[in-house]
Amino acid sequence: MFMKGMIMGGIFCLVLSLLASFNPSTEHTTEDHHHHHLQAPSKDELKHFSHSQMEDLSNQVRVYCIIMVQPKILVYWAAAIHTWSKHCDKAVFYTSEASKALEAVDLNEKDDWARLRKALTHAYENAGDLRWFFVAQPTTFAIIENLKYLLLTKDPNEPFYLGNAAKSGELDYVVYDSGIVLSYEALKRLVNVFKDEDKCPERGGSLWNVGEEKQLAMCLKYTGVFAENGEDIHGKGLFNSKSVESLISDSMQANPTNVVEGCCSDMAVTFNGMSPDQMQANPTNVVEGCCSDMAVTFNGMSPDQMQVMMFGVYRLRPYGHDFHDLLIFDPPVGSDND
Amino acid sequence: MQWTQIVSKRIQNEHKEIAGNGVAMKGPSSKWAFSMGFLVGACSVYVFLHQVWFERSYPVLSEAQEKATAAVERPTSWRKEGAALINLLHPHHADEDSWVADVLYQKVRVLCWVMTGPYNLQSRAHHVRATWSRHCNVVVFMSSVEDPDFPTVGLGTKEGRDQLYWKTIRAFHYVYEHYVNEADWFLKADDDTYVVVDNLRWILSNHTPKEPIYFGKRFKPYTKQGYMSGGAGYVLSKEALKRFVEGFRTKVCTHTTPVEDLALGQCLEKMGVMAGDSRDTLHRETFHPFVPEHHLTGKFSKSFWYWSYCYYPIVEGPQCCSDLAVSFHYVEAELMYTLEYYTYHLRAYGYTPRYQPPLHQGLSFGPLSQTTVMVGIKEAQEKERNKLVPGAFKVKILFIIYNKR
Repeated sequence: MFMKGMIMGGIFCLVLSLLASFNPSTEHTTEDHHHHHLQAPSKDELKHFSHSQMEDLSNQVRVYCIIMVQPKILVYWAAAIHTWSKHCDKAVFYTSEASKALEAVDLNEKDDWARLRKALTHAYENAGDLRWFFVAQPTTFAIIENLKYLLLTKDPNEPFYLGNAAKSGELDYVVYDSGIVLSYEALKRLVNVFKDEDKCPERGGSLWNVGEEKQLAMCLKYTGVFAENGEDIHGKGLFNSKSVESLISDSMQANPTNVVEGCCSDMAVTFNGMSPDQMQANPTNVVEGCCSDMAVTFNGMSPDQMQVMMFGVYRLRPYGHDFHDLLIFDPPVGSDND
Repeated sequence: MQWTQIVSKRIQNEHKEIAGNGVAMKGPSSKWAFSMGFLVGACSVYVFLHQVWFERSYPVLSEAQEKATAAVERPTSWRKEGAALINLLHPHHADEDSWVADVLYQKVRVLCWVMTGPYNLQSRAHHVRATWSRHCNVVVFMSSVEDPDFPTVGLGTKEGRDQLYWKTIRAFHYVYEHYVNEADWFLKADDDTYVVVDNLRWILSNHTPKEPIYFGKRFKPYTKQGYMSGGAGYVLSKEALKRFVEGFRTKVCTHTTPVEDLALGQCLEKMGVMAGDSRDTLHRETFHPFVPEHHLTGKFSKSFWYWSYCYYPIVEGPQCCSDLAVSFHYVEAELMYTLEYYTYHLRAYGYTPRYQPPLHQGLSFGPLSQTTVMVGIKEAQEKERNKLVPGAFKVKILFIIYNKR
């Protein structure tokens, strides 16, 4: 009787789960995005394009950088001006209030969500022929060339909303700190839905205390635009909410290799205390386990560290290693740290 | 799962009880047994599903990681010879064309010896071994005490700042005795020095190992021709090494002071070894005695000793340092990996750097490889011709039919 009961119970539970698509795992990792990944193009993919097609694609992938600043963090504002933003096709700084020290579009708005709305609307109205929009915080560092590579084969007349995608309950949203990318179509729909006070209220959000990043996601969702996670061809995330140092530090903790373990005889050939087979799988755990070679953003770096990153990304390199990239980007004029 | 076990135990006991009484399971007890069974079954399946589904979402993460680690870099293979690690394969990246670096690797062989100690193996030398030293042809870790597993050489000295020159003397003698034919150039570095060995080869490719010369971060005091900073690393030609050893044999050189870089510089000066200029073609320094952040953003106070020590004029800001930087000092573990990431991994797709270093005349390439050299030069020339209008962003596409070797 007990056994019968048990079997019935088991079947009951199974049927229930299948019927309700019941997911017992409630602790979802924020990286579980089976459906919404956006990967960079592979070399093979690009080889299919003709010369003129590549030319068209590269003209299309021009970026309008929207950098949200505030006078109280002037050093970061200055850092963005003197470092990565020089590589945007158009870099516009949007501030909460005017500052005598630096030039920006004064939105005269203290509320974060309202300010973001105004900035996005302004960008849409002043886009010219630019079709991609990148929204950054002052503490973000972006490698625009890598962003362009990611977006190369994507049509900006389709709605795209991407970055480091995370999940809050049922809502997929792009994390603000690591940069938000919007295509022209996505921004167009967004600017339209701003007019709808029910779906996308300007001040309503503060009641619920939901951050601007989630508000943005909700508004976009109404227009049929969903967040996507930007990744390289190996599936590694390209948009980072942490600094390089922080990510390296995490990787060091995740990959401790035992040094003096007394592992080997004189005849053994090992390095790092690993056998050749192990080496095959994990050559340098820390660096490879850290970040993508084609990373687009990092966040939380000090202005000095940003200068070091300029050197590290655009200048420091080992002699004799060449990449035959299918695009060419020239250094910006009037700059000496890249 | 524990409480279900308790429940099922209780049920089993009850079963035994009932069986023992020889009473058929009927009535209220059987209903109770059924419901208990139902509950246990349902819950077991629930827990089972939870585990399985949770694990199913897990591989999504690790799969990406696995692909990443597998696809990115081919492993290096090493031969352990005594205390030296001999690198047979130069580390390679999946996407890159590194044939120039490979040629240099064969033609400009560098032996790196790293000054360390038994208390620094885990905290410092380990990270050197995991990063830049993999790009040397041969690497030897020098300690006061032998360690066959790391491996390190035991120089038979004590530890401490006053032992530094003794360690240097013995280390170079050891290298000369065991590995002089394995390399053309002999680099000394500390366990908190980061070295970009490929860039070192570029500088050295303009010279031959037969020249009595050595390179590093040049300081000027206490010597006629200057000497090289120990922390920033310095590299001796084979001839220079021979003369250093010879100097001690003939007693022209002796242990004079524990300040190893100065003492070595004075010995080499006596032995007719030239202090070389390691700056790039734009006269920017390549060997650096501090971390990148300090050189790129720091302002050295006018009273700081550095001003009076540097042989060449100090440049502050971005032009302090060559794109083809060779070394930095006071590099802690985390920064070692960060620099490895910046140098060999992170890059801006398609970006043409401002500084285009020339191929040195010293390198003679074989006949087959000349086609690729010509293509490379043509590529560079084309880039020159198609220089862009200032202020405008424009993108060009280069399709190059590339014939390898």
